[in-house]
Amino acid sequence: MAELPKKPFAWQKWVLGVVMVVGLIVSAQATGTNLPMFFQNFGQFTIIFQQMLAPDWSYTAYVIDPLIETIKMAILGTIIGSVLAFPYALLVARNIVTNKWVVGIFRFILNVIRTIPDLLLAAIFVAIVGIGPVAGVITLAIFTFGMVGKLFYEAVETIDEGPIEAIKAAGAGKLEIIRFAVIPQVSNYFVSYVLYAFEINVRASTVLGYLGAGGIGVFLQRALSQFRYDRVGLMVLVIFVVVLVIDYVSGKLREALI
Amino acid sequence: MQAKPVIKFDHVSKTYPNGAKGLKDIDLEIMPGEFVVVVGLSGAGKSTLMRAVNRLHDITAGDIQIDGQSITQAKGKQLLEIRRNIGMIFQNFNLVKRATVLKNVLTGRVGYYPTWKMVFGLFSKADKQRAYDALQQVELADKVYARADELSGGQQQRVSIARALTQEPKIILADEPVASLDPQTTKHVMDDLKRINQELGITVLINLHSVELAQTYGTRIIGIRDGEKVFDGPVVSADEATIAAIYSGGEETNG
Repeated sequence: MAELPKKPFAWQKWVLGVVMVVGLIVSAQATGTNLPMFFQNFGQFTIIFQQMLAPDWSYTAYVIDPLIETIKMAILGTIIGSVLAFPYALLVARNIVTNKWVVGIFRFILNVIRTIPDLLLAAIFVAIVGIGPVAGVITLAIFTFGMVGKLFYEAVETIDEGPIEAIKAAGAGKLEIIRFAVIPQVSNYFVSYVLYAFEINVRASTVLGYLGAGGIGVFLQRALSQFRYDRVGLMVLVIFVVVLVIDYVSGKLREALI
Repeated sequence: MQAKPVIKFDHVSKTYPNGAKGLKDIDLEIMPGEFVVVVGLSGAGKSTLMRAVNRLHDITAGDIQIDGQSITQAKGKQLLEIRRNIGMIFQNFNLVKRATVLKNVLTGRVGYYPTWKMVFGLFSKADKQRAYDALQQVELADKVYARADELSGGQQQRVSIARALTQEPKIILADEPVASLDPQTTKHVMDDLKRINQELGITVLINLHSVELAQTYGTRIIGIRDGEKVFDGPVVSADEATIAAIYSGGEETNG
C-alpha cells in the first residue's frame, strides 16, 4: 500500500497572505493611521455613552411625530416602489418575456438603479424637491423598486412551468397565462418581499432624515450637532424598539406566507 | 362512413434547430370518437407528436388540421380558439399546487372569455357549476375547495381530467398520463378516460409506455420509432412481432 502523500505546500496562499499583511501596513502608513489616538479618544466614547444611558425622557413627546413621519415615509415608499416593481419584474423574467433584447435592456436598467446607494439618492432628491419627507419617499420608492424587482423576478423564474403549458393548451393568451399560471405561484413571495423591503425601509428612513429627507433622522442629526447625547440616547432607544417590533411582526407574517 | 377526420396530419415533419429530427413525414387521420394509443420508446417522438396537435410545438414542414381547420396556419385568436377545443393531460398533472381544485378546474374555461374579464378572474356562475359537474364526473366533488397539493397523485391527475373536461373539448390529448402513478390509480385514471371517450364521444389521443394498457384501452395503436410512424392499425392487429419491432431498432414493419 502506498503511504498517504504529504499535503503539497500551498506556497501561493503564503505569498498572498504576506502580500495582504504588507499591504495593510503600507496603507495604514499612507493614510496616517494613529492607533494610540484611537485609544486616547476612547475615553470620549465612554463619556458619550454614559450620557446616552441617561435618556432625556421629557423629549419623548417631541419625538413621536417625527417617528410617525418616518414610518409613514417607509410605508409610502414601500408601496410605490413595490407597485412599480411588480409589472417590471414580470417584464424581465426570462420565462415570461422570451425576447432577449427586451429582457436584457430592462434588466440592465434595473441593475443600474440597484447600484445607486440610497444615501446618494436621498442627497439628489433633497436637492431636487427640497428638504422634507417627499425626498425620503422618492428615495425609498426607488430603493424598494430595485430590491423587490430583483427578488421578485428571480422568484418568477423559479416557478413550475407545468401550469403554464397546461393553461396555454386550454387556449389562454399571454395575460391569462400570467394571471392563472404565474401569479398564483408567486403572489406569496411577492408579499413576503414587500414586507422585507418595509423592514429595511423603516431602518433606512431614520438614516435618510439625516440628509434632510424628513422623519426622525432630522431630529437625530440636530441633537447630535447640539451634543445632546441624552436626547440621542432616547431616540436610539425609541427607534430600536420600533424597528424590533416591526421586524418581529413582519417576520412572523413572512413565515406564515411561505 | 364518410365522417371527416377530427385530426389530420399531412406530411408532418419537425426538425429541431440543432438539426435533430423530431418527426419524419407523418401522415395520420384520426376519426371522431376514436381512442388512439401512441406507443414507442422514450425519445421516439411521442410527446412531440402530441404537442404538435395543439401546436405547443411548432412543426417545420407539412400541415395539421383540427376538424378541417389548419392549426399550422392559424394566427392569434384563431389559434387560441382551436386550442380551446383540445383538452390536454400531462404526466406531471401541471396543476397550480397552491390554488384550490376549483380554481384549477376553472382555468379550463379561460379560452371562452375576453382577456379583461380574466384579469379580474370573473368566471360566470354557469362555468363554476360546469367545473363542479366535471369534478363529479371524476368523483372528486368533495375536494372542490381543497388545495391541489393536498391531493394524492391519482386525484391530481383526475382534477386535470376535470380541467380538460370543462373546456368541453372535441379532443383530449394525454401525454403519459399514468407514468407517475401506481397500478391501482392508473386503472382509475384510464377508466375515467375510457368513460369520457365512450359516454361523451370525445376523441382521445394518448401516449402510453405500457403495451398492455394500450391493448386494454385503445381501439387503435400507432407505433412511433425515431420520429417515424412504423405501425398504425386496430389493437387486434398489433401482434407480438409488431410490438417488438416498434420497441426495437429492428427491421421495418408494415401497418
